[in-house]
Amino acid sequence: MTKLLEWLLGVSILGSLWALVTFDLLDLSLPQTYREVAWPMPLYLLVSFGCYSLAIVGYRVATFNDCNEAAEELQQQIKEAKEDLRRRGLKM
Amino acid sequence: MANRKISHKNPDSVDKYSVLLPTYNERENLPLIVWLLVKYFGESGHNYEIIVIDDGSPDGTLEVGEQLQKIYGEDKILLRPRAKKLGLGTAYIHGIKHATGNFIFIMDADLSHHPKFIPEFIQKQKEGDYDLVSGTRYRGNGGVYGWDLRRKLISRGANFLTQVLLRPGASDVTGSFRLYRKEVLERLMERCVSKGYVFQMEIIVRARQLGYSIGEVPISFVDRVYGESKLGGNEIVSFAKGLLTFFATT
Repeated sequence: MTKLLEWLLGVSILGSLWALVTFDLLDLSLPQTYREVAWPMPLYLLVSFGCYSLAIVGYRVATFNDCNEAAEELQQQIKEAKEDLRRRGLKM
Repeated sequence: MANRKISHKNPDSVDKYSVLLPTYNERENLPLIVWLLVKYFGESGHNYEIIVIDDGSPDGTLEVGEQLQKIYGEDKILLRPRAKKLGLGTAYIHGIKHATGNFIFIMDADLSHHPKFIPEFIQKQKEGDYDLVSGTRYRGNGGVYGWDLRRKLISRGANFLTQVLLRPGASDVTGSFRLYRKEVLERLMERCVSKGYVFQMEIIVRARQLGYSIGEVPISFVDRVYGESKLGGNEIVSFAKGLLTFFATT
């Protein structure tokens, strides 16, 4: 199954459950509170996911390692390499 | 540190690592990357070769390659040039054909990838018997140098979206510092058709499809192309297209 189909399947299942509860499709006569909680769920989950995503990406950007030592080490090794290669006869 | 040349390696162990270096106008960097590769492979005691795939560079990269051959030997430095710029995917295929190793390293020749990580890749591969070891900038003490906020934001944002939509099994899908078993890379190259960033992502996606095991090693990426925006609107659009295509088809 492709990822798209997985998502569609997941959304269908959750969507059906939500519609079932919210619109009382099977005449289950569930308590009013169930319906009141279920009704805004899709929007609530969407907004929550949006906030979660922003938080995660924000955190990851903020903690993105800056490899300053790696850059310095590279500069140092470039000098070393050029010296050694010159000695071995490389004509740049 | 223990001298690993005096190794208790099984004398029948014949692991050989072929490093593919596609180059275009890397006259300055080629000697440096080769020097670093020779240094770290030499220290590790592993058997290796470096295959330079130059796409007809007008700046004389090939000529520098020939000098390096004289210095380090034709068994260590292989030159397999092509007439003109033909793209990364075909460069890999071309390189694999000439590789005598049973493992293949792919990396950038412009010093953004550092050969010091090579022993870590090799160790990781042996640890988990992985088909593929991917260098990641996003985990552990992996990271980047020379990226501004915009670049970091786009990178992390795109990666997050990719993780959510594709669950690829690797934290860094657009990275290009990787170790492959030779037959694994061969099989993957048969199925990959994209270009650019999407190409590297496609390799990971196909690897997941074929059930290959993927290990990871944190790496540092030193971006030395200052002042140019390597990440423009075109790249972003093509990345998004690629992501949605894989989402819908794999």
